[in-house]
Amino acid sequence: MAKIHVTTKINGEDAEFLCEPQQTMLDVLRDELSLTGSKEGCGSGDCGACSIIVDGRLVCSCLMFGAEASGAEITTIEGIANGDTLHPLQQKFLEHAALQCGFCTPGVLVASKALLDANPSPTEEQARYWLAGNLCRCTGYDKIIEAVMDAAAEMRGE
Amino acid sequence: MNYLGKDVQLKVVGTRPIRPDGVEKVNGRAAFGADVAVSGMIHAKVVRSPHAHARIKSIDTSKAEAVKGVSAVITGADLPDIPSEEAFVGEGPANFREMSHNVIARGKVLYDGHAVAAVAATSAAIAEEAARLVEVEYEVLPHVISVEEAMADGAPVLHDDMFTQGVDPKPTKASNVAKRVEFKLGDSNAAFSKADVIVERQYKTQPVHQAYIEPHACVVSYNPDGQAQIWCSSQGQFMVRAFCAKLLGMDIASIRVMPLEIGGGFGGKTLVYLEPLALALSKKSGRPVKMVMSREEVFRGSGPTSGGTINVKIGATKNGRIVAAECETILQAGAFPGSPVGPACMTAFACYDLTDVTAFGYDVVSNRPKVAAYRAPGAPISTFAVESAVDELAQNLGMDPGELRLINAAKDETKAAYGPTLKNIGFVETLEAAVASQHYTSDLGEAPKGKRRGRGIASGFWFNIGGESSGATYVNEDGTVTVVSGNPDIGGSRASMGMMAAEVLGIEVERVRTIVGDTASVGYSFLTGGSRVTFATGMAVTQSAEEVRDDLCRRAALIWEIDADAVEWRDGHAHPAGENAGKFDPLSLSDIAAKSGRTGGPIAAKSSINAQGAGPGYATHICDVEVDEETGHVAVLRYTAVQDVGKAIHPAYVEGQMQGGAVQGIGWALNEEYIYNKDGRLDNPGFLDYRVPVASDLPMIETVLIEVPNPRHPFGAKGVGEVPIVPPMAAVANAISNATGLRMPNLPMSPPHVRAALDAAKA
Repeated sequence: MAKIHVTTKINGEDAEFLCEPQQTMLDVLRDELSLTGSKEGCGSGDCGACSIIVDGRLVCSCLMFGAEASGAEITTIEGIANGDTLHPLQQKFLEHAALQCGFCTPGVLVASKALLDANPSPTEEQARYWLAGNLCRCTGYDKIIEAVMDAAAEMRGE
Repeated sequence: MNYLGKDVQLKVVGTRPIRPDGVEKVNGRAAFGADVAVSGMIHAKVVRSPHAHARIKSIDTSKAEAVKGVSAVITGADLPDIPSEEAFVGEGPANFREMSHNVIARGKVLYDGHAVAAVAATSAAIAEEAARLVEVEYEVLPHVISVEEAMADGAPVLHDDMFTQGVDPKPTKASNVAKRVEFKLGDSNAAFSKADVIVERQYKTQPVHQAYIEPHACVVSYNPDGQAQIWCSSQGQFMVRAFCAKLLGMDIASIRVMPLEIGGGFGGKTLVYLEPLALALSKKSGRPVKMVMSREEVFRGSGPTSGGTINVKIGATKNGRIVAAECETILQAGAFPGSPVGPACMTAFACYDLTDVTAFGYDVVSNRPKVAAYRAPGAPISTFAVESAVDELAQNLGMDPGELRLINAAKDETKAAYGPTLKNIGFVETLEAAVASQHYTSDLGEAPKGKRRGRGIASGFWFNIGGESSGATYVNEDGTVTVVSGNPDIGGSRASMGMMAAEVLGIEVERVRTIVGDTASVGYSFLTGGSRVTFATGMAVTQSAEEVRDDLCRRAALIWEIDADAVEWRDGHAHPAGENAGKFDPLSLSDIAAKSGRTGGPIAAKSSINAQGAGPGYATHICDVEVDEETGHVAVLRYTAVQDVGKAIHPAYVEGQMQGGAVQGIGWALNEEYIYNKDGRLDNPGFLDYRVPVASDLPMIETVLIEVPNPRHPFGAKGVGEVPIVPPMAAVANAISNATGLRMPNLPMSPPHVRAALDAAKA
């Protein structure tokens, strides 16, 4: 079957790729574009390790076809920082030791960014429900929630 | 030397610096198992058994081999047939022959998901398509899933050459019971006559998976000169090397293993699954081979830990002194022997100072995946039962359950039922802190209509181990320092290694970078497991840093042309001491590094040790729950973990171990289980149906760190990673009992089970 030519924007830069019709966006990112920060933990949308932001919406890239990226604006973990300056969420994750193995971390950070983009002042409960689609087996979530709440406060200038 | 004295001022150890590998883990650049690519690499997939138990009559690979793009297909016949040989693999015994047969089936498949063949092709999609064309003809055999079925007379036998060990006389008939173990102190049977109150009950736990979020993955390159390189995510690069050498009949020097970042393990990556297959495929195809498991394969073909049936009997006097205790633990081993029944029995009563106690158990095979280590293997299973029984005893005696534990708590010089005399333990301190905590003394608050609230407390023990470890400290030309650890960093150990070296050298931790060495760049280290790395590898790193510090003093003496004895190291500088004090300006580490060529060459030291004296870990957890009487749902409202950690090198990562372990235990208590259908096939091999705790299930996990230093470690460290998973199941069960008056003896305490128990109590 012929491959599909896709033109899109990833992390603020124009990008194009060829993909099979059945190829997932996660496979495109990892295998065609060498953006391996998005992880496959389940391939079924249950763990959130492959979270990306597509036109402002939080998406599991394992549940999206590569071809659906056409014309979209996409943010992956590689595009969260501003050049050499870490995003406040990244910095707070480091300061709060909110990661242990680090495998779920890219997805959790992308999901947290999508949360704070939509709601700069989440309650702890809102943060917990928003992140309920991102499995972390190491931390028990405690320090993740602390880091997200602290980053939100800092971004609000508190 | 050690750094434990009251006059020792620690500047780095005990602080919370950012981990040296942190930034690349928050920006997506850290390379995990599936993130590596090698020139010319192809991809492979495993063909797995759809049957719980079947004889393999034939395997026809011709159709798969004919697919365009397929480079190699292997079956069990492509791996050497190796003899039975015991291997110590971290947290339990194993056998190389059985390991080989678990990696790829020979003759029979023993569980749904057992590997029977593997296919390598130019893409993962082609390999998957070709794998479906491998034709395996099976003769389906009767299967057994539960231990009760497996132990019954006339049960289908998995291994017709397996005779129960540890019973007298030795059986003449093969069975599914691999062995019986027993640990005994005094005469428990007779001592029950002294008891005023006796509690006795049967408990059951389900197998649960380690459920690391990163599936197993590797890239293996076998070269025509007989040398191989392996890039993989594991709990031990030296473990992977040794097992691959053994399973493929290669020598150890011909294999180099590059440890990649590991996306969680919890014991489940202390074994090999894919690497030997990828090695055989690389050899056969002449190409580097990449293999990555799907989540379904992880559930069907790796881990989990055992489910168990536990019978507990405890007797006490009316003033709360336990006078006799017995525990029988029957554990599922999966398809091959090797459940953690030994540690389950040994840990069962290790929290208590008892004179008459018996713990015995059975290791039983059935048609499930071979179990792998999972965080304090065995201990959470027996402890769930014992700590539930202790709670019931407190209820029957009308005593506070914390007080009852304090009356019976193990302390220094207690002789444990499993053998040793305990030393430098902090169990009583964890109980005292728990009982006095704001949490334990707080009011539960009023439950909303239709719900009931309760509080539970439970304790736990884990041995912790030391063992063989290597570390190295290198002073770089500019006075920065590189530390090499022989152990994969599974939760922040690069940080703790670097902190200990920085403390010894008296420099800022940011000037020390810790890396994890591959098998050719650092001395042998036993795998990351048993809560051993900060203790044992930390000791090796500390020793290498001390050798470097002593060498720095010698170099300064050479520069100053005085005796080395007349130099002392302070605050990252060499100072002239004694009669030379004040005669020369201090030399910094950078000054000495810059002149190293003139004082004998590069400054470096390596240390390879067999660390002894790991202090055991004790923990006490407090849990508040709210039980919904209509749905049977149990919400955890508040949770506190109190633990003796020896000395917290990096307290934030110690807290993280306690919180993560507690939450895994909450999942084990409330949700997680393997569900098999009548055909012996796993019905829930995915995160949707095998539900691990998510953020919205949980409150903050409060932590209380008790520091009773371990004098056998330079900074007093004890292992901290495993004991946090030991108390939670009983803490939750005891809270449910407190809330509802119901004793829940079976895990998981999921809504249908709790609702059924509530209904039964009403009826």
